[in-house]
Amino acid sequence: MPLSTESQTDNDQYILIASLDNARNLSNILKAISLRDHAIFNATQNGLKVTVEDSKCLQANAFIQTDIFQEYTIKEDAVGFQVNLTVLLDCLNIFGGSTVPGVCTALKMCYNGYGHPLTLFLEEGGVVTVCKINTEEPEEPIDFDFCSTNVTNKVILQSDSLKEAFSELDMTSEVLQITMSPSHPYFRLSTFGNSGNAHYDYPKDSDMMELFQCTKTQTNRYKMSLLKPSTKALGLSCKVSVRTDVRGFLSLQYLVRNDDGQICFVEYYCCPDEEVEEE
Amino acid sequence: MDCVATGGNVKVLAKAIHSLSRIGDELYLEPVEDGLALRSVNSSRSAFACFLLSPLFFQRYQTPSDQSFRCKMPIKSVQSVFKSLSSLERSVEKCRIQFNNEKSRLTITLHCKHGLLKTHNLSFQDCESLQAVFDKDSCANMLQAQSRLMVDTVLHFPPSLEEVNLSVSNDRVWLRNHIEEDADSSRAMMTELCLSSEEFDQFAVNTQTSITFCLKELRGLLVFAESSGLPISIYFDEPGSPVILSVTDSVLEANFVLATLSEDLHPKNHVNANTKHLQAEQTTDDFMCDDMDSVLIAMETSELPGPSHVPSSPPHNTNNRKHPASEDEEEEEALVERPPNKKFCSLFFGSVLPASSQLTNRTIQNQEVLASDSDNEDQTES
Repeated sequence: MPLSTESQTDNDQYILIASLDNARNLSNILKAISLRDHAIFNATQNGLKVTVEDSKCLQANAFIQTDIFQEYTIKEDAVGFQVNLTVLLDCLNIFGGSTVPGVCTALKMCYNGYGHPLTLFLEEGGVVTVCKINTEEPEEPIDFDFCSTNVTNKVILQSDSLKEAFSELDMTSEVLQITMSPSHPYFRLSTFGNSGNAHYDYPKDSDMMELFQCTKTQTNRYKMSLLKPSTKALGLSCKVSVRTDVRGFLSLQYLVRNDDGQICFVEYYCCPDEEVEEE
Repeated sequence: MDCVATGGNVKVLAKAIHSLSRIGDELYLEPVEDGLALRSVNSSRSAFACFLLSPLFFQRYQTPSDQSFRCKMPIKSVQSVFKSLSSLERSVEKCRIQFNNEKSRLTITLHCKHGLLKTHNLSFQDCESLQAVFDKDSCANMLQAQSRLMVDTVLHFPPSLEEVNLSVSNDRVWLRNHIEEDADSSRAMMTELCLSSEEFDQFAVNTQTSITFCLKELRGLLVFAESSGLPISIYFDEPGSPVILSVTDSVLEANFVLATLSEDLHPKNHVNANTKHLQAEQTTDDFMCDDMDSVLIAMETSELPGPSHVPSSPPHNTNNRKHPASEDEEEEEALVERPPNKKFCSLFFGSVLPASSQLTNRTIQNQEVLASDSDNEDQTES
């Protein structure tokens, strides 16, 4: 096995090695944030954080903590690089991404440091593919400065109830308006499209509502085109936390359970579209 | 207007909307005394569909004090309210349709499980009442079958097939795909199914005839009939007269009126072969038309062509021949001033039918009009 011996000797020079028995545990969660090509990877002792941004108004983060990986070795405090996410996802699915139970692609992801490509060793059914993806100069992710102490309203919902609403959203509407209020309508999603407007109201005592902490009536609009990709994360998740802070910034946190029952998080931050006078 | 449908009836309502969306782009909604009428017509005005949901269909049914309320809206916007049939079945408990006069909006509210409330405020346009005049009872032939039988029969035709031909004899029904005259017969594939009269719940054939009509609308109604488990009735006469597909039960009635292809496709023989005696209906109270200002579509009551019916083309006919089909209500109203001009409307000929008002219908009767005026013919003749 020349490959394994090579890997063994090379192991020493890599500053980051992360292995997974099931590559889908990584590819699924990366799909949930694949709204743009460029993904900023940031590895620390705690795990891997992948960030994708759109129009300087939206940021999506995926957190894959250390214990998701079967092997996770990092030789520096923090390792950062940027790769093309579409290419990475294509590589992770190079064996076709079979969903047959028992068949999965094993992954070993290695990085040699600044200027080196990201190397993927993928194995399925005894066949090994090595992919090298050129890394890009890492950009500095935007700090949305979303601080939990500034959160005015927060609800936690079971994802199923939101999935339905998001799948039906009137895409002719430019914005999605989110109203959160301690009184009626409590939690409301609104669209304003060609054929009229639509409201989806979730009462605070619904079975779907796991937590309802609203202190102040807030109505904010967010660009539909920015929020629509979050449907991918919603589809994978079992719970979602919706928060807004005093500035009207939106935080959507998705709790995603992977094939092995482990939990990961995906987070979206979005700037409000425009000021809306409170009714 | 305020109506509330609950439980399984919400799905029936949704299916009716989906069924109508196969006909036209717009939904005409009108609360009448007998219930809520949902109607649609296709752009060439050769197919009309109407669902009448009786007050008993609803848990609550309140018609406006101002009886004249009616509206039309893009059917897509209504369809999007009932987008996912599976989620409707799973989660919707109640559907309320309200007319909001202040905001000029039609509000459809879906009360779902877990307290989720979906409110759709749809914009609409005022419109004239849309009504086709037809008389099922005057049709010579009637077949009634379980929708399953029809679904299984239609299944054999490719989805791309546009028109189907139905022939009846004393004890049999044949369905075959319609092949265009100019189609290359050596390459055309023929599919023919023969059904025995025993397969039908009712089989009343007085005239052995063969009609050709559009399959799309039949499929549309079959989807509805199958989901509601209701039998489908087919009323028809000779070629050129409309075929009426009908589904009824105690709380609803659905009628699809479709133009059929005229017997003779050769333009030169057309005038002689296809003389149809078309006349305006004197009254329309035979079918839930209590509005005398109805805009009539596809209006025709046909009699068998006899020797006494010498073809005669009113001179003014030609003026209107090329009048384009218009969805514009104002334009249709403008036509009221013209002499009545009942043209057979067949989308196979790409012809158009100008709308006519009830008023003129009552004053002038027995106006003889050629059955199958069409742009195509005009072009051939000129």
